[in-house]
Amino acid sequence: MDFVVDGKKAFAYTAAHTIDPAKPTVAFVHGAGLDHSWFGLQSRYFGYHGRNVLALDLPAHGRSEGPPLQAIEAMADWAMRLLDAAKIERASIVGHSMGALTALECAARHPARVERIALLGAAYPMKVTEAFLEAAHANDRAAYDMSTIWGHAEQAPIGGNPNPGMWMYGDNLARLERLAPGVLYAGLKACNDYAAGEASAARIGCPALFIVGSRDQMTRPRMAAAFVKAFKSAQTVLVPGSGHSLMAEAPDATLDALIAFLMTETAQ
Amino acid sequence: MPGPKYPGFDTLALHAGHTPDATFGARAVPIYQTTSYVFRDSEHAASLFNMERAGHVYSRISNPTVAVLEERVAALEGGVGAIATASGQAALHLAVATLMDAGSHIVASNSLYGGSHNLLGYTLRRFGIETTFVNPRNPENFRRALQDNTRLVFGETLGNPGLDVLDIPAVAAIAHDAGLPLLVDATFTTPWLMKPFEHGADLLYHSATKFLGGHGVAIGGVLVDSGRFDWEASGKFAQLTQPYAGFHGMDFEEESGTRAFLLRARREGLRDFGACMAPMTAFQILQGIETLHLRMPRHVENARKVASFLAAHEMVDAVGYPELAQHPDHALARRLLPRGAGAVFSFDLKGGRDAGRRFIESLRVFSHLANVGDAKSLVIHPATTTHYRMSDEDLKKAGIGPGTVRLSIGLEDAEDLIEDLGRALAAAKRSLKAE
Repeated sequence: MDFVVDGKKAFAYTAAHTIDPAKPTVAFVHGAGLDHSWFGLQSRYFGYHGRNVLALDLPAHGRSEGPPLQAIEAMADWAMRLLDAAKIERASIVGHSMGALTALECAARHPARVERIALLGAAYPMKVTEAFLEAAHANDRAAYDMSTIWGHAEQAPIGGNPNPGMWMYGDNLARLERLAPGVLYAGLKACNDYAAGEASAARIGCPALFIVGSRDQMTRPRMAAAFVKAFKSAQTVLVPGSGHSLMAEAPDATLDALIAFLMTETAQ
Repeated sequence: MPGPKYPGFDTLALHAGHTPDATFGARAVPIYQTTSYVFRDSEHAASLFNMERAGHVYSRISNPTVAVLEERVAALEGGVGAIATASGQAALHLAVATLMDAGSHIVASNSLYGGSHNLLGYTLRRFGIETTFVNPRNPENFRRALQDNTRLVFGETLGNPGLDVLDIPAVAAIAHDAGLPLLVDATFTTPWLMKPFEHGADLLYHSATKFLGGHGVAIGGVLVDSGRFDWEASGKFAQLTQPYAGFHGMDFEEESGTRAFLLRARREGLRDFGACMAPMTAFQILQGIETLHLRMPRHVENARKVASFLAAHEMVDAVGYPELAQHPDHALARRLLPRGAGAVFSFDLKGGRDAGRRFIESLRVFSHLANVGDAKSLVIHPATTTHYRMSDEDLKKAGIGPGTVRLSIGLEDAEDLIEDLGRALAAAKRSLKAE
């Protein structure tokens, strides 16, 4: 569904449902260089199970107009303005990687509007290697390769994709190749520069969930575990065998963890 | 700091799409000879049907053994995914049926496999889909044939049977200028000789019956999507960018972005047309792919020796092999096919139809049959077999004469193949003298 945020077209997938302000809402925020469809299976589930779904395309990603936002805090504020455009007052926020930092900032900066946050593939600090940043800055294809290879568990190009007939590396690369120059760099730099993680985590009062891939090469489990300690309280679900791309590599385990977290009585 | 590295082609050919069976540890890909899959509970069933979870429901739509083949070919081609079909023809039909309705138009090379020519030129016309055939040697011919209702540009990486080399970068640019995808039949090249997506093609398919399977034991096709074509930006493919009542109002592009084409092809095309691949077939083709990187170099090496022999023979008018300097696409082949121009080619025998018959019937190692890409060497006379439905005029346009003979060079000792051909050519020559 198209919205207008800051005078520009902004898209959010709603699982083919109209938004009903009376229903609970789950917003999904993708990682650097990706788009709403990275949450395809999971967002569709909630859309067909009594929730409003708003799977966002951040500016310059997917179907939303650019330019890309330069800071995690700006992404969080933009997400809130999209909720405004959708006439949604409160939502649970599910974020992946860069989107996880955005979800955290949504809860930290707008606590009255966020019910729960689920952070997938999250770590703090979310430092990006110099070589990766340089390649992205130069719009060099090597950046797409790094994002793709490090963005999955090492067995991903070998092992079977749970989604029949699909090749994860190819799918990831095709998405990245559709980006305008500079978009991946903006996202990676925003992750690299983000400095509020510990302070924001300490302020979080709403329930928080970490979903961690045991073979994540980008935000390794030990980094996620250190981040969890910054929260007053947070649950962790470790997904065996999965890399950073939890929604693609372990779609069922990821969905099950989200259902358990978001569909409980207290999350209504 | 060195960047991360992708697995190599040979590794992917052996492993992509499969991890050893978790229950019994089977190393080979198990053959899941089952029509259907037990749901965990009603909720699980509903979520599978509504595409909220990944998995298998019914083997016409997907099957674990077939999925390994699909993922493996997608990995080798550099696509986002693939759909295996009952045959190469089914793959072509699935691509067309997914992208267009009655009233649509295709611009296709006129240098095509006879079966593809039949489908486009006759059968699809009955369903309101028209095709304009063009000589692929000049890419501008594709541009000149475009119409407002054109929805697809199509050619073979190596045309059948004259081995016209499709200038994929040039034709893809023409298609993209018009907001259209380029589909190529990559059967003759396989991903070992060429990866069409790297040159600009958007969709491709294989008759997996041929070199992918490689042993002449199974009929199958594989349709692969690069995921690079932007259906939304094109504005010409409502099938993928508008809600579809035939699938719960789904907008396939909105739902899945880079996977839109394959999503509709699987969820509508396999569901409704039903030309799926059987798991045993997928297993057999997988066995072939595991040695593709070993077989293709030998196919090419033998083809080069045979082509050189024929080019120098007094009974041969011409040899249509792009690696020979006299082939009109020689330079293009060197650019697009540095590993070789395949192992299927044609030559024109002196003496016409009778000499051709005597030649074919004198062969002992080559098998006279309607197939290519087998480990064994094969021969056929296109004008009376694969292309027999084409008019004389269309045959001429496709570069096929009455004495044209098509060879598929196998993996035997090259010396034995040359000896066999030499004997048959001598027999053909004797038949001329007897007349």
